[in-house]
Amino acid sequence: MEILTYAAFFLTTALIFAMITLGLNLQWGLTGLFNVGLAGFVAIGAYTSAILTTPDDPARIGGFDMPIIIGWLAAMLMAGAVAAVVGAATLRLKSDYLAITTFGVAVVVQLVALNAESLTGGPFGMGFIPRPMGSLAEQPLAFNLANLAFACGITLLLYLALEHLAQSPWGRVLKALREDEKAAAALGKSVRFFRIQAFAVGGAIMGLAGAVQAHFIGFIAPENYLPTLTFQIWTMLIVGGSGSNRGAVLGALIVWGIWAGSGTLVSALVPADYQARAAALQIVAIGVMLCVILLVRPSGLLGGKRS
Amino acid sequence: MARSVLEVSDLVAGYEPGVPIVRGASIRVDEGEIVVVLGPNGAGKSSFIKAIAGLVPVTGGSVTLDGNAITALPAHQMVRRGLAFVPQTENVFPLMTVEDNLKVSGGVLAKADVPGRIAEMYRLFPDLEARRRTPAGNLSGGQRQMVAVARALMVRPRLLMLDEPSAGLSPKFVSMVFRMLADVRKAGVTILLVEQNAKAALAIGDRAYVLIEGRQAHEGPAASLWQDPVVAELYLGQRNHATARGEQP
Amino acid sequence: MTLQFLVDGLLSGSMIGLGAIGVTLTYSILRFSNFSHGDLMAWGTYATLVIFSGITALFGKVAPFAPLSFGWPLLIALAASMLVTGGLALLLDRVLFARLRARGQMIIVVMASFGASMALRSLLEFLFSSRPDYFSRAIQIAMPVGLGMRITPDQIALLALTLLLVVAVHLLMTHSQIGREMRAVSQNLALAKVVGIDVDRVVRFTWMIGGALACVAGVMIGILVQIRPLMGFDMLLPVFAAAILGGIGSIPGAVLGGLIIGISEAAAVQIIGAEWRAAVAFLILMAVLFVRPIGLFGVRER
Repeated sequence: MEILTYAAFFLTTALIFAMITLGLNLQWGLTGLFNVGLAGFVAIGAYTSAILTTPDDPARIGGFDMPIIIGWLAAMLMAGAVAAVVGAATLRLKSDYLAITTFGVAVVVQLVALNAESLTGGPFGMGFIPRPMGSLAEQPLAFNLANLAFACGITLLLYLALEHLAQSPWGRVLKALREDEKAAAALGKSVRFFRIQAFAVGGAIMGLAGAVQAHFIGFIAPENYLPTLTFQIWTMLIVGGSGSNRGAVLGALIVWGIWAGSGTLVSALVPADYQARAAALQIVAIGVMLCVILLVRPSGLLGGKRS
Repeated sequence: MARSVLEVSDLVAGYEPGVPIVRGASIRVDEGEIVVVLGPNGAGKSSFIKAIAGLVPVTGGSVTLDGNAITALPAHQMVRRGLAFVPQTENVFPLMTVEDNLKVSGGVLAKADVPGRIAEMYRLFPDLEARRRTPAGNLSGGQRQMVAVARALMVRPRLLMLDEPSAGLSPKFVSMVFRMLADVRKAGVTILLVEQNAKAALAIGDRAYVLIEGRQAHEGPAASLWQDPVVAELYLGQRNHATARGEQP
Repeated sequence: MTLQFLVDGLLSGSMIGLGAIGVTLTYSILRFSNFSHGDLMAWGTYATLVIFSGITALFGKVAPFAPLSFGWPLLIALAASMLVTGGLALLLDRVLFARLRARGQMIIVVMASFGASMALRSLLEFLFSSRPDYFSRAIQIAMPVGLGMRITPDQIALLALTLLLVVAVHLLMTHSQIGREMRAVSQNLALAKVVGIDVDRVVRFTWMIGGALACVAGVMIGILVQIRPLMGFDMLLPVFAAAILGGIGSIPGAVLGGLIIGISEAAAVQIIGAEWRAAVAFLILMAVLFVRPIGLFGVRER
C-alpha cells in the first residue's frame, strides 16, 4: 500500500517535471531558443496562481480565494507575458543574449520571491494553496492516485497539443528556422514574431507546470526554484532527446528516477552530518552526465536527427 | 625551362565527403609568372584556390611548393612554407589599423625582420603609409585590397595567390588593382590568380587555365588563349551570363 | 546618503570588471558565453586558500605587510593559483568545449558551460562545504578620505592591483604580437589562419588570461567579503551585464561596464536596500539590450 502511494507520488512529481520539459522542448527542441532561467518562469506560474487562489491572509497582499482554474490560466498568462517581453528584447540578437537574459530573469524572480514578503511570503514561502482533489486528502492512496490521474491527463493534453503544433505549418516554420540563425535573423520581423510566440508559449507551459506543482504540494518557497531546477530540466530534455516530445517525457521520468533514487540512497547510507555534501556530489554527477551526453550522444535517447 | 614553384596534380577537394567540388584539377606555376585561372561561375575556381591554401578539405591529389609536399597542411602553416593567400572578401582585419594588419602577419617572421618589411611595404604602396593609423575597415575597397596584398607580401612568399581580387570593385579600382599586381610581379613575386574578370586578368597574365566542373579544360599562354575559338566560345557564352550578375560595382 | 557608495562601488566594480574581461575575451575569441566563468573565480579563490594554508602550515604565521591584512604568502598563493585557474580553464576546454566547438553548434557549448558550472560549483561544495571561509579574520580600520568616504588599506591595495592588471592586459592586447593575434582571431577566424596565426595557441592564451583574471577577482572577493562555493556564480549576472554594457570584445568597455554596474549596485544598496542588489545588473542589462545592444564600445557584428 505504502509503496503504491509512494509510486503514485513519485510519478506525479515526474510528470510535472515532464510538463516543464515539454515547455522547454518547444523553446529549445523545436525552435532552438536557449532558456537558462526556466526556473524563473516556473516560479512565476507557481506564485501567480498561489497569490490568486489562497484564502485571505492578513500578513500579505493577495489571497483572493479564486477558483484554481483561474489561478492556472493566470499563471500561464503571466509566465507567457514575461517570456514574450524577454523574447522581444533579445531575439533580434545572437542567441547568447537570450541565454544571459533568461538567466537574469531567474535571478530577479528569486529576489522577488525572497524579498517581496508582503506578496510572496518571503523566505518562508506560501502555504494553504488549495488542492484540486482536496476532498480526498484524508486517504493518502486515493489522493495520490487521483493526483496522478490528474497529472497524467494534463501531460497527455499538453503532449497532444504540442505534437499537433509541431506538425502544423507554424511548427514547420520554426523547425526550418532552428538550424540557421543567420537566415532567421535575415528574414526579419515576421520570423522573429514566430520565435517570440514559441518562446512565450513555452514560457506559459512552464508557468502552468509551476502552478500545477504548487497546487499538488500545497506549499511553495523560493528554494524550490533555484538554478538546480533549471539544470535538472535541461538534463531531462537532453537525456530524452531534444526535439522529441516523447523524449521530453521519457527523459523526465528517467532523470527524476535517478535523482530521487540516488537521493534516497544518500539519505539511507550517508551519516546526517555529511548529507549536504553528498547532495552536492549528486549534482556533480548529474552535471557530468549532462556534459557526457552532449559529447557522446547529443541527440539523446529519442532525439530527432539534427544535421 | 623555368623552375616550377607550384605544382598541383589531380587535386580533389570539397566541403562534404563524397561531394567533391574540385575533381582532379592540375596546374603548374613557374618562377616569376602570373598564372590566371578562369572559369564560369560554379566551376570550382574559388574552392580550388582555397583547397591549395588549406581552407577546403582535400581528399585526393597533391600540391607541392618548390618540390616540397604541402598537400592539405593546416592553413596557418602554409604561410611558413612560403604560400601567401589573399581571400576574395573580408581579407583585412577591419578593426585593426593598417600597420597592425601588417604587423600581425609578420608573426611568422623573425622579430627583427618586421620593421624592415613594413618599411618595404610602405615603399611599394605609398598610399598605405599615409593611412597607417587608420582602421583597415574604414578604407576604400581598392585600398583594402592593397592592405591585403601588402599583408600577404610581408612574409616574402614564394607564391602569392589571390581569389578574385577585382570582385566587388568599381572599374576604376579594378584597373588599379591589376596595375598593382603587375608591379608586384616586377618586384619578382610569382602570382597565381583566380578571376571572373577574364579580360583584365589575361591582360597581365602569362599563362591561363580554364576550369570547368572542377577540372582544367584548357591551358595556354594568356594572349593566345583568348584566340582559341573553343575556349572563347565556351567561356564567352558563360561569361556573358556571368557579367550580367557579377560585375556591378 | 553619503558618498561612501562610490568607494564600495569602485571596489565591487573592480571585481566585476576583472571577471568581465575574461567573459568578453572568451565571447569574442571563442564565440560563446561561458556560464562557468563565475565558478572559475570560486575555484581560483579556493586554490589560493589551499596554497595559502599550505604555506602557513609550512612556515608558520607570517607577519602581514604593515597596514594590510595579508603578506607575501597570500601573494605567492595568488600567483600560483592564477596559473592553476588558467590551467583549469584549459583543461575544461580540452575535455569539453573544444570538442563541442569543433562540431560548430555554439549554443551547445553554452549549454555545456552551464552544466560544467553546476558540476564545478557543487564539487566545491562537496570538498569545502558551503560554510564560508576567510583569508584573515583581522579587522581593518577604515581611514577617512574626505567627503564622508572611508577606505581600508586592503581596499586601496586591491584597487591598485586591479588598475595594474587592467593596464597590463590592455597593453598586451594593443602592443604585443599575441594581443594582435587575439584581436585578429576575434575579427576574422578564417583570415587569421590564412595569415599564419596558430589559432590553438591563441585559444590557450585566452583561457590562461581569462582564468588568471577570474582568480584575482575571486581572491579580491575572498579578502574583502568571504569565500563561499557560490561566490562566483552570484557574480555571473553582473559580470555578463558588464561585458555587454561595455561592448562585447572591448577590454576597456568591460572594465568601465564593471565600474558602472558596481557603483550603481552600491548606490542601490544605499537607497533601496542590500536585498535588491542583484536586480540592478539585470535592469542595466535589459536597458542596454533595448537601447544599444552593441554596448558602449561595441562593434556591430557582421
